[in-house]
Amino acid sequence: MTKLVSRRKFLTGATALSLLAGCESRPAGAFLNLMRGWNERVEGLLFSPNRVAPELPESAATDEEDFPVYFISTAMPQAPANWSLKVGGLVDHPMVLTLDELHAMPSTEMRVRHHCVEGWSAVAAWRGVRLSEVARRVGIDPRVRYVEFRSFDAGYWSGWDLASAMHPQTLLAYGMNDHPLTAEHGAPLRLYSAVKLGYKNVKYLTEVNFLPNKVGGYWEDQGYEWFGGV
Amino acid sequence: MASPPEPDETLVPPAPEPDAVPVAAPAESDAAPVAPPPDSDAAPVAPPLASRRAKRREQPLAIRIAHWCNVLFLTLMAGSGLQILSAYPSLGPQGGQYSWYPFQGIPPPKWLTIGGWLAGGRRWHFAIAWFFILNGLFYLGYQFASGEWRRRFFLPRRDAINGIRPLAYYARLRKNPPAPDFYTGLQRLAYNSAVLFGIVMVLSGLAIYKPVQLHFLTALFGGYDIARVVHLAGLCLLVMFVATHLMLVALHPREIVKMVTGGHRD
Repeated sequence: MTKLVSRRKFLTGATALSLLAGCESRPAGAFLNLMRGWNERVEGLLFSPNRVAPELPESAATDEEDFPVYFISTAMPQAPANWSLKVGGLVDHPMVLTLDELHAMPSTEMRVRHHCVEGWSAVAAWRGVRLSEVARRVGIDPRVRYVEFRSFDAGYWSGWDLASAMHPQTLLAYGMNDHPLTAEHGAPLRLYSAVKLGYKNVKYLTEVNFLPNKVGGYWEDQGYEWFGGV
Repeated sequence: MASPPEPDETLVPPAPEPDAVPVAAPAESDAAPVAPPPDSDAAPVAPPLASRRAKRREQPLAIRIAHWCNVLFLTLMAGSGLQILSAYPSLGPQGGQYSWYPFQGIPPPKWLTIGGWLAGGRRWHFAIAWFFILNGLFYLGYQFASGEWRRRFFLPRRDAINGIRPLAYYARLRKNPPAPDFYTGLQRLAYNSAVLFGIVMVLSGLAIYKPVQLHFLTALFGGYDIARVVHLAGLCLLVMFVATHLMLVALHPREIVKMVTGGHRD
C-alpha cells in the first residue's frame, strides 16, 4: 500500500513539475534541451540525401499574393547597388559571384510545397542554381560539415548541415513562378530548399560559407530547431 | 454471467479464464518452483499457488502505470499542440483555407496552451511525443505479452451484442443492467477507439512533422494540409473520449480507486 501512495505522490509531483516547467523551470529546461539534442540527431538520421519532395503541377501553385512574405528588417530589404554573392569558408577557390554569373550556371526549376514552421503550406516554383553545383565549383574541403548563409536582411542568417545543403532540391534561387525573384521573396537571390522549413531558407543572400564547425542562426539561437527539416 | 441467452454460450469464456487454462491448471507441479509474482504487494492470505498465478488484479500494475503516465503525456501533448496551432490557427493551405472549418483564424485560448510561444510549444511537443509513443507501445506490448488483451479488446463476436445491451439499458429500452463482466462491449469499444485515436495522432503527427522524408505517409493522409486536419480532428476525438471518460468515472468513483490500487484479484 505504501508503495502505491508513493507512486501516486510521484505522479502528482511529476504533473506539478511539468506544469511548473511551462514557466521554464530549470529541470524542465534541462530535460527539454536533452530532448532537443536527441531530436536533432533523429532528424539528421531520418534525412535521406536521395529522397526528393514531390514536384507539383502548375494547377497546385498558390496565388502569389497569398504567399506570405517575411523579413526581420523594419522595411522591405533592398539589395545594395553592387550586389554579389560571396562564397567562402574552407574551400579551394573562394568566389564572388554576380547575378549574371549565377544565371550562366546550369539552372534547375522545381515546383514544391513550402512548409512553414507555423504550420501553413503554400506552393511556388523556384528557379536557380543547385548549391551542390556551386560547392563543386569552389571545391569544398573534406572537413566541411556545415554551411552558413548570411543576408542583408538586418543580419538574418542560418546554419545548415552539409547533407541538406547538397540535396538536389536545395537551390540558390533567382526566379519564382516564371519571373525574377521580387523583393518580397528575397531578391536578388535567396536560398530555397524543399527539405527545410521556411525559416531555414535565407532570403536576400550575401554570403555562403562552408564550415567545419556548427553554427546557429537567427531563429535557431532563439529556440527554434536547428535542423528544421521536413 | 447470470442467464446468458444463446449467443453468449458460444462466446469465449470470461476473460481471466483463458489465461488460467493453459498456464496454471493442468500443471501444478510445473508452477511449483516459481516464486510469488513480483507485483504481489498485498497478500494477506496466500492463496494456492496455481490460482495465484492465474489471477490478476482488475487493473494490473502495468496498466495503471501506463494509464497515469498517459494522463500526464496526453495533457502535455494537447497543451503544446494547441500552442503550435496558435501560430497558424487555420486549416488548409495559404490561399485555400477550408471554408467548412468554423474557427479559421481563431487561436485556442492561451490558458490551454503549454510552452509560451511557438518554439517552446514545439520543444514540448517533440520531447513528450517520444514518451507518449513509448508508453503506448508499453501498454499494448504488456497486453499482448500477458494475455490481458483478451478482456480489454473489442472482439466483435463476443462484444457486438454485449455492447448494445448497456446502451439499451442506458436508453431505458432494457430494464436490467447488462450481466456483469470485466468490461462491457461498449467499454471495450470506447477504450479501443481511444487507442486507435492515439495511433492516428502519432501517424498524422509524423506526416506533418516530416512531409518530405515521410512523404508516402503524408500522401496516405491526402497531403500535408489534410494530415493537419486529421491531427486536429484526432485531438477533438480524444478530448471527447476524455470528457465521456471523466463523466462516467464521476458516476462510478470506485473505478478511480481501482486505477490506483489495482482492485481485487479475480
